Amino acid sequence: MEPEAVNDPVRLHKALDAVWGTAPGIGRLSAVNHTIIGRRFIITAFVFFGIGGILAMLIRTQLATPRSAFLGPEIYSQIFTMHGTVMMFLFAIPLIEGLAFYLLPKMLGARDMAFPRLSAYGYWCYLFGGSILIVAMVLGLAPNAGWFMYTPLASRPFTPGINSDIWLIGVTFVEISALSAAVEIIVTIFKLRAPGMSLDKMPLFAWYMLVTAFMMLFGFPPLIVGSVLLEIERAFDLPFFDPARGGDPILWQHLFWLFGHPEVYIIFLPAAGVISTILPVFARREIIGYLAIVISIVALAFLSFGLWVHHMFTVGIPHLALAFFSAASTAVAVPTAVQVFAWIGTLFAGRPQLKLPMLYILGFFFIFVTGGLTGVMLAIVPFNWQVHDTHFVVAHLHYVLVGGFVFPMLAAAYYWLPHFTGRMPRINLGKAAFWLIFIGFNLTFLIMHLTGLLGMTRRIYTYDPNTGWEWFNLVSSIGSFLMAMGFALFTVDVLLQFRFGRHAVRNPWQAATLEWVTATPPPSYNFASLPSVASRSPLREQEDLPVTLARGEGYLGFVRDDRLETLGVDVTSGRTDQVVRLPGPSYLPLVSALITAAFFLSVLFQLYAVAVVSFAAVIGSLLLWTRTSGETSDCGAIAIGRGETALPQSESDGAPSRWAMRVGIFGDAAAYGSLAFGTLYLAVVAPNWPPAEVAHFNMLASLAAVVGLVASAFAGWCSAGSAVAPVAAARHRWLLVCAAAHGVAFVALVILALQIPTPSRHAYAAATLVLLAYVVLHVLLGIVFALYALWRSSAGYVSASRTNDLHIGRIWHGYTAAIGILSILLMHALSWMVGR
Amino acid sequence: MLIGAAALLSLVLGLLLIAFFRPGIGERTPASVWIIGGGLVLPAVVLTPLMVYALVTGERILLSRAAAPIQIDVLARQWEWVFTYRIANASPRVSRNVLHIPANVPVHLNITSEDVIHSFWIPRLAGKIDATPGHVTKLRLLADAPGYYRGLCAEYCGTAHWEMQMTVEAHPSTEGFNNAVTQLPQHDPERRQP
Repeated sequence: MEPEAVNDPVRLHKALDAVWGTAPGIGRLSAVNHTIIGRRFIITAFVFFGIGGILAMLIRTQLATPRSAFLGPEIYSQIFTMHGTVMMFLFAIPLIEGLAFYLLPKMLGARDMAFPRLSAYGYWCYLFGGSILIVAMVLGLAPNAGWFMYTPLASRPFTPGINSDIWLIGVTFVEISALSAAVEIIVTIFKLRAPGMSLDKMPLFAWYMLVTAFMMLFGFPPLIVGSVLLEIERAFDLPFFDPARGGDPILWQHLFWLFGHPEVYIIFLPAAGVISTILPVFARREIIGYLAIVISIVALAFLSFGLWVHHMFTVGIPHLALAFFSAASTAVAVPTAVQVFAWIGTLFAGRPQLKLPMLYILGFFFIFVTGGLTGVMLAIVPFNWQVHDTHFVVAHLHYVLVGGFVFPMLAAAYYWLPHFTGRMPRINLGKAAFWLIFIGFNLTFLIMHLTGLLGMTRRIYTYDPNTGWEWFNLVSSIGSFLMAMGFALFTVDVLLQFRFGRHAVRNPWQAATLEWVTATPPPSYNFASLPSVASRSPLREQEDLPVTLARGEGYLGFVRDDRLETLGVDVTSGRTDQVVRLPGPSYLPLVSALITAAFFLSVLFQLYAVAVVSFAAVIGSLLLWTRTSGETSDCGAIAIGRGETALPQSESDGAPSRWAMRVGIFGDAAAYGSLAFGTLYLAVVAPNWPPAEVAHFNMLASLAAVVGLVASAFAGWCSAGSAVAPVAAARHRWLLVCAAAHGVAFVALVILALQIPTPSRHAYAAATLVLLAYVVLHVLLGIVFALYALWRSSAGYVSASRTNDLHIGRIWHGYTAAIGILSILLMHALSWMVGR
Repeated sequence: MLIGAAALLSLVLGLLLIAFFRPGIGERTPASVWIIGGGLVLPAVVLTPLMVYALVTGERILLSRAAAPIQIDVLARQWEWVFTYRIANASPRVSRNVLHIPANVPVHLNITSEDVIHSFWIPRLAGKIDATPGHVTKLRLLADAPGYYRGLCAEYCGTAHWEMQMTVEAHPSTEGFNNAVTQLPQHDPERRQP
């Protein structure tokens, strides 16, 4: 059906807003639009920042004087644990997600993120998970074993209350939102760009977010695996971290820091992306060294996964390991230096203006570079052995996190507030806020380096009067109050700008990136029609882009059958390859998130029958989302405006859903890898091995499992084959074979599981059981995928050209077979190893 | 390290000041000066000697080649330190929260924990090392002068983490050390009430 060309911007706006807009009132609960979800993430993150800040004030009040009677040790342990947990998990990462969701589609020239309902689901998971933690705190049940929850302190014998479980479950709940955001960001950046925007013409912020999202994809699973193992240990007494039974407390540290180190670069990189975006605008020229910056952030991402042991220098690890991780930790300064000097060079080559966002960026330079320098000091092992676990580290981490993340985010706030609100500030409180925050911060933390060098350890609730730390702590506490005032002033300033700011002109900073093409505040659909891009600074090449796009002269300047459409492009070249159809507002994400919350709460309260049922309900509710996805007929290439056509995504083999599976499976592999690493680590390093009881796995069952897995992968492969896919009967046959093969594997794996000795008696049995359970879960989901594809196929969603449902399953079945076979081999190898 | 760090910070801040006060001064400077000069050469030149120094110093302070006939077992537990002195031809002695050593003689410590992870730290004598249940870590101390040295636990181990402190008494002579140790009780002293 040929859509009517609309040349009137007002009519076009109304038509687009009718399908892209979200109903007011209760309807806002069904919002999936990236602008709304992005803003929600950002505002909620700032609320959590306030909570974390209040916790910090409590800490500084307690430490201001020696032997203070303000807080006792029990409540103090909850406060410092929550301060770290809230800041790292409920403020930093969600703020990044919010900024990414808000900005990316606009900067890339798209109308929304790739999976709007997933964005909404991620927000609700974040809100509910965060609320669990805060409610626990209000009830006096907050986690209290430190934000890094070292075992055995966080294990049941030493923290018997529900506190640690709340951390494990609450944080895992929130991390679902982070992982789903990571997959969505990668797919959006890969596929949903404006035609012509090849990878090397992408705004640098998109490169930073792409790299960050990959880091999240590989960095969060080790934490999730560790948290699940610790929760299983606490709930079912499976001794992963108990050395008396073949576990190892150090395994927790490895899993945690495998996440923890990339985490801080995950936090830093988007902030660096903000700087790479804002600084050139205020230098009034393009950034220098675009390619060098891209290379250095990719290098940073890889390097950051090789540094985690520098958090464990005092554990007692071999010298060679110490030397390696020390050298690698200093090497990471190189890609950071490339960026810092690229920024300085850009300022030198341009004509810098000291507007308010730029002031905050100067604050970043001072504070972050200082933090980076103390970081290099910490990488030096002999020095580390003195200052590890003292306030020197507390000072360092605040310098890099506040300098490297908070200051750029404050700059981002002032830079993009005119975009969010359509207003410029009328009163300039921002400068006063800056100086209060900057001076307050340095007063608090600069002297803290000395406090640490004088021997003040971390996480102590008080100290004695004759230690020599008294004056330094008092100064730090005074500084913290100054800083708090600064943040309060910032908040007031932002609220004032919202309510009383004067209306902004379009593109008040004269920037060159596409987000400034939209109206401010932006409409629900971003662009009335999509631009074609030929350079890194599209707004400089085509200054009248806002006008021409509003008139509908770009792509998709119309509404077709009440659909929400944007364009998909080839990953590298940016050539249009599909029309992506996106879902409109829906309550399903909220419903799914509520069921997910029910699952996590039932695990928390140990109602495991309810947990199993709600897990199944979560899967079911997620499958329900697909009711509105896909097409029931082929239609070939359709018009996209400007005389061009493209295939609908249902008929494209680069559809976002297929990419989501391709990308997501790597996250799963990271989790599996962590599990396998953990198992091998225990076998090689943990004390009290070999176990007394060894499993003797039935060869027939093992063989049946392998055959079942291979058959399911083969059948899955064949079902999507080019000869099979067009023929319904053939597809159905293969899908049934696939499901049946999974069924055989399931039965065989259960038989093998029953041969494992009592898992609570030794970590060998516990680890083997979890490994098997992981495969069983994938096999069961494999059955779900196969039967679901069968249903979709019967309902008319599959044809010769519409094969996404089959391909998505194919990837899953192949992956499941791979990890299944690996696990069976690993189990047998382990049994053989310990049985000798 | 402090001087080097201060110099680098001043460099960055100085460059920023110049960029703002002399706009356009770097308009014709090629990008490679910044990327390669600042991004690659400067870190390499600074970090390489630093790493060499770090590795050499690390090995030097470990005393791993020193003969250390005196072996003391350290047991960390919530919230105290228990020291067991092995004596030739006699049953071991135990002390709690006070570590006796002779001055000017390297002492070898075998450290472990019986509950959660603690960290053994005598700041004036050596770096810290974790006390992890299920593992035995090693540390060597060498007191250059007799006297008292304070020590503390350096890994959060529960609500009385701050209270878990100890003192090292470095005796002027080996005889003094031996006398002190033989006067210690033979069995594990009673656990202090939490």
